[in-house]
Amino acid sequence: MDALDRVVKPKTKRAKRFLEKREPKLSENIKNAMLIKGGNANSMVTQVLKDVYALKKPYGVLYKKKNITRPFEDQTSLEFFSKKSDCSLFMFGSHNKKRPNNLVIGRMYDYHVLDMIELGIEKFVSLKDIKNSKCPEGTKPMLIFAGDDFDVTEDYRRLKSLLIDFFRGPTVANIRLAGLEYVLHFTALNGKIYFRSYKLLLKKSGCRTPRIELEEMGPSLDLVLRRTHLASDDLYKLSMKMPKALKPKKKKNVSQDTFGTTYGRIHMQKQDLSKLQTRKMKGLKKRPAERITEDQEKKSKRIKKN
Amino acid sequence: MSLGGAMEGQSVEELLAKAERDEAEKLQRITVHKELELEFDLGNLLASDRNPPTGLRRAGATPEAELQALARDNTQLLINQLWQLPTERVEEALVARLPEPTTRLPREKPVPRPRPLTRWQQFARLKGIRPKKKTNLVWDEVSGQWRRRWGYQRARDDTKEWLIEVPGGADPLEDQFAKRIQAKKERVAKNELNRLRNLARAHKMQVPSSAGMHPTGHQSKEELGRAMQVAKVSTASVGRFQERLPKEKNPRGSGKKRKFQPLFGDFAAEKKSQLELLRVMNSKKPQLDVTRATNKQMREEDQEEAAKRRKMSQKSKRKGGRQGPGGKRKGAPPSQGGKRNRALGGRMNSGPPPLGSKRKGGQHQGGKRRR
Repeated sequence: MDALDRVVKPKTKRAKRFLEKREPKLSENIKNAMLIKGGNANSMVTQVLKDVYALKKPYGVLYKKKNITRPFEDQTSLEFFSKKSDCSLFMFGSHNKKRPNNLVIGRMYDYHVLDMIELGIEKFVSLKDIKNSKCPEGTKPMLIFAGDDFDVTEDYRRLKSLLIDFFRGPTVANIRLAGLEYVLHFTALNGKIYFRSYKLLLKKSGCRTPRIELEEMGPSLDLVLRRTHLASDDLYKLSMKMPKALKPKKKKNVSQDTFGTTYGRIHMQKQDLSKLQTRKMKGLKKRPAERITEDQEKKSKRIKKN
Repeated sequence: MSLGGAMEGQSVEELLAKAERDEAEKLQRITVHKELELEFDLGNLLASDRNPPTGLRRAGATPEAELQALARDNTQLLINQLWQLPTERVEEALVARLPEPTTRLPREKPVPRPRPLTRWQQFARLKGIRPKKKTNLVWDEVSGQWRRRWGYQRARDDTKEWLIEVPGGADPLEDQFAKRIQAKKERVAKNELNRLRNLARAHKMQVPSSAGMHPTGHQSKEELGRAMQVAKVSTASVGRFQERLPKEKNPRGSGKKRKFQPLFGDFAAEKKSQLELLRVMNSKKPQLDVTRATNKQMREEDQEEAAKRRKMSQKSKRKGGRQGPGGKRKGAPPSQGGKRNRALGGRMNSGPPPLGSKRKGGQHQGGKRRR
């Protein structure tokens, strides 16, 4: 609990900075991922974890030792690791007869498991099996999801959201157009999910936008959806809550027509029409002689009345 | 001549047609035909293709080539979108400005709640005290150099004094150095106590839970107990037929805290209270607690002054100049008579209704109950 963290006040500036980095903030840090091997992980699963770590560097931790836990039965040890290393995404690999080449991918909210999805690896081609040049680590990948299955079931929708969360990398405001180097492509077909990663080659086309050619670069996986442990609706809604400060501000007094015309509203005070500035009609102005005669007329009228 | 003119007209048309064909060819290299448009989230460099993958279904066991073709098409569309973003040149690299990501993803930690103000902050707000800007270094006469205000080798270090004069009224055999050290320890302990109290207050405010349960499970024993009690009583028969666990005890203190006098109790006391009630009702002058009224008035005035000062400082900061708080009066408080009148006005309304609510016996109070 953060309150307990503050009961023991940090004695050095470094400790204080460490704690401040980990406390909840309005705009959050980039999510770290931890890659864990289960008690009976085989070479394929280990290689998968190593490849994903290479894709996720430097926002990931690869645990070298095997950890004998079962994520779907007991989540306490995962939560403990998440708290110690401040990672909110995790990937756990294991292998047994009932579930061969198993990969559990999941995310945390407030150091508790939010969503967990178990995937089975049917085919795997590693980074080192494909002999070509790779892109530097830390590049932001482009993500493409193909197939209408990703919107049909709730499981697939959460899986899509989880994969976006896992692989998207840091959120940046600007990006160098020449630095868009690789793309991760997920296709959902016949109950299987094909994960391919390609390196981008920009070729000349006649106009400004280049023509794309792809070259298969990285790990390619054929995955099958197995068990899921999804968060309840209200916990999910709570985790999606955006703080008010980050919500986009509405512009007041500006509205748009159906035709696209923008209208603005100005609020004015009430005008005193008697003091209105109108055009000066100099020709109609009374001359002094006329004014004297008018006064005389008025005086005579008053005398008559009295 | 006309023939020549016709020939020229033809060649111009031909040229135009050729130019159009060239353009179409160029664009063909980057256009992709899709039945359903893709959905783009450029902030995340994300594209979603909703088209059913019919080409892949035909491919069968090894769909690698088809997958690559599909990926190429989708990537081309995404790149087309990205190249249309506004660009700028930053240190000889072409950089595109990305929009905000539109996909909503769950946070990793809960939204930080605004902490309640500490006791000092509340007091400072009330009195209008603002933090004074202090210099980093202070001139130290003893050593003849600029020293920091606190910490290692500070300017006026109490602990380094080798001579303390015994003050006039103190015991000559008392150890003044030890006294100083003791006083410092007490101050540190008091500060720590206040800090912990502020923390406890902040932590108590952080759990305004709904239905008593905190979603991620960080709850204290008392809160869980309370939530359990509330849940037990929330049945149609108000918890009468709820089973209890084998060794569970009755909840204590869960009812409302109201005590009523028994119907046949102390007759003398009852007579006295009723006579007092009648006397107060008959008296022409309303009851007034002077000290309470004056304190309330003083507090209100302080708050108004503080709010005014804060507003003025905000305004002057915006304007750029700095005006002293104009018309601030910190002299004697206004006269007693004036205060009493004001306080009178404040108390007049609260006179009769609470007295009216006390009735004889068990008569029901109809209508609204006023406090």
